[in-house]
Amino acid sequence: MRQFWIHFKRNRLALSGGLIVVITLAVALLAPLIAPDDPSAIHVNAILMPPSSSHWLGTDALGRDVLSRMIYGSWSSIQVGFIAVGISILIGILVGAVAGYYPGWVDIFLMRLVDIMLSIPTFFLILAVIALVGPSLINIMIVIGVTSWMGVARLVRGEFLALKESDYVIAARALGVPASRIIFRHILPNAMAPVYVSAILGIASAILIESALSFLGLGVQPPTPSWGNILTDGKANIEIAWWLSLFPGLAILVTVLGYNLLGEGLRDALDPRLEK
Amino acid sequence: MLQFFLKRSGQLLITLLGITVLTFGIMHLAPGEPTVVQSEMNQKVSAQAREQLRKLYGLDQPLWKQYGDWLERLVRFDFGNTFTDGRPVATVIAEKIPITLAINLLSLILIIAVSVPIGVYAAVRQHSPFDKMTTVFVFIGFAMPGFWLALLLMLLFGIYLGWLPISGYETLGVSMSFGERLIDWGRHLLLPVFVSAFGGLAGFSRYVRSSMLEVTLQDYIRTAKAKGLDERTIIYKHAFRNSLIPIVTLLGLSLPGLIGGSVIFETIYAIPGMGQLFYQAVTSRDYPVVMGITVIGAILTLLGNFLADLSYGLVNPKVKSTAGPGG
Repeated sequence: MRQFWIHFKRNRLALSGGLIVVITLAVALLAPLIAPDDPSAIHVNAILMPPSSSHWLGTDALGRDVLSRMIYGSWSSIQVGFIAVGISILIGILVGAVAGYYPGWVDIFLMRLVDIMLSIPTFFLILAVIALVGPSLINIMIVIGVTSWMGVARLVRGEFLALKESDYVIAARALGVPASRIIFRHILPNAMAPVYVSAILGIASAILIESALSFLGLGVQPPTPSWGNILTDGKANIEIAWWLSLFPGLAILVTVLGYNLLGEGLRDALDPRLEK
Repeated sequence: MLQFFLKRSGQLLITLLGITVLTFGIMHLAPGEPTVVQSEMNQKVSAQAREQLRKLYGLDQPLWKQYGDWLERLVRFDFGNTFTDGRPVATVIAEKIPITLAINLLSLILIIAVSVPIGVYAAVRQHSPFDKMTTVFVFIGFAMPGFWLALLLMLLFGIYLGWLPISGYETLGVSMSFGERLIDWGRHLLLPVFVSAFGGLAGFSRYVRSSMLEVTLQDYIRTAKAKGLDERTIIYKHAFRNSLIPIVTLLGLSLPGLIGGSVIFETIYAIPGMGQLFYQAVTSRDYPVVMGITVIGAILTLLGNFLADLSYGLVNPKVKSTAGPGG
């Protein structure tokens, strides 16, 4: 663990990633305190105003303050990121652990399922399900979670295959410890480190998917603000209001970058051998 | 090699069957019968369309029979008729596929043509400014929302500079010579192809780089160096060819992302391809089209993977004797 911190602290990129993550979390949680304006307050006399001292990032087609909408919108992204990843990690751990612990047809069946899921273009799959269940915050969390557990499952399975033959597991089995206890109490805790890394990277990709869905009008529904649906307005007004297209995308880029840097940094710190 | 081919074909068939089960399952995901949901959500869908869906899925039949019938139609590429204009789904999709395939193929070529040299050079000059720039580019590429990049490029090249058209894939209603038409296509497709390739560019550059770095640590490279071979020969004859092996696999794996991305850039740039068709079908809840494209998208992906697998077998002699990495 000390080794881990030494490596992590030395990695300036990872630290700045961590900083971005902390800041975006703080912004999302403290939105009502820091937003300069009500995100749904309509100012009829300030429609599509470019950035100015009264509206730092301009206003949208209804005269709403873009900065305030972005601050509140971060909450949508963070929510989807964390809950979708929570779901995908749960499924991934379950599938991976069972596949890794029970060789033979269980393993073959589950890994074939992973292959099948991976061969359907994920975005198509997500959109197809959204078409059926309808777009809403809850639905996209579930759909993103249910369509992105395959990587974790493979990871956990790999860890299980390696750890299953270790002495303490063989000892536990010889002592007659039930399989479920061996899986969840003995092996899983030792297999979790790479899962945390992939969770953080997963949040980044969930935020990207959420923003794309919201942009297409199939994610977070207006008037609830999200970075993606502000960009929808940006596209509609692209010829007159560049600020609507620029700032929300920048927020997505920086946030996703933060999670990616943090995740990669953690990975390197956990596995110092990779540092060349 | 034949054994490898047969094994892979078998796996392909099983996966294909699995995809159909999954797609069929999705149809039944909706609370209640798909026909009910659909009539609640979309008043535009007529009773006639509902009846058609009922017939297509045989909703009064037991589940296994429904699936069997659906599969049988699928084999004949019969996805039913669209709700919007009542034409066969397969025909509509067939009209839209060429442009989508063309764009995806072009971006795949762009990805390989650009990222391989970048990755190799970054690896050869590890820790150089170029290598560091590549790393920055990779991180930005991973974090960049494709649709935002599309908007920015549209804003810059289409609106502020006015250099490129921002919608469609050709100028309509103008007769042109073939040469002019070719240039016209090029100008229309430049941005969509670039946007579609961007994420892949980052991923691939990084992959080529680390694959090269890994290979250069191998014993045979050290041997080659010890023998006194010059650096150029080592890099291009020994290291590069071996680092290509995992890249071929990655190429196959990147297909779903590319095809899925069609929805985004085709919608933004108003290109009448499969992605745009899919998006319109999703928003108008045209289920036969949604299901048809999901299955076809998966088949295209599978074919891509299969080809990648085969070429993997060709590049890597080790595969010929064993049956390849199973599972």
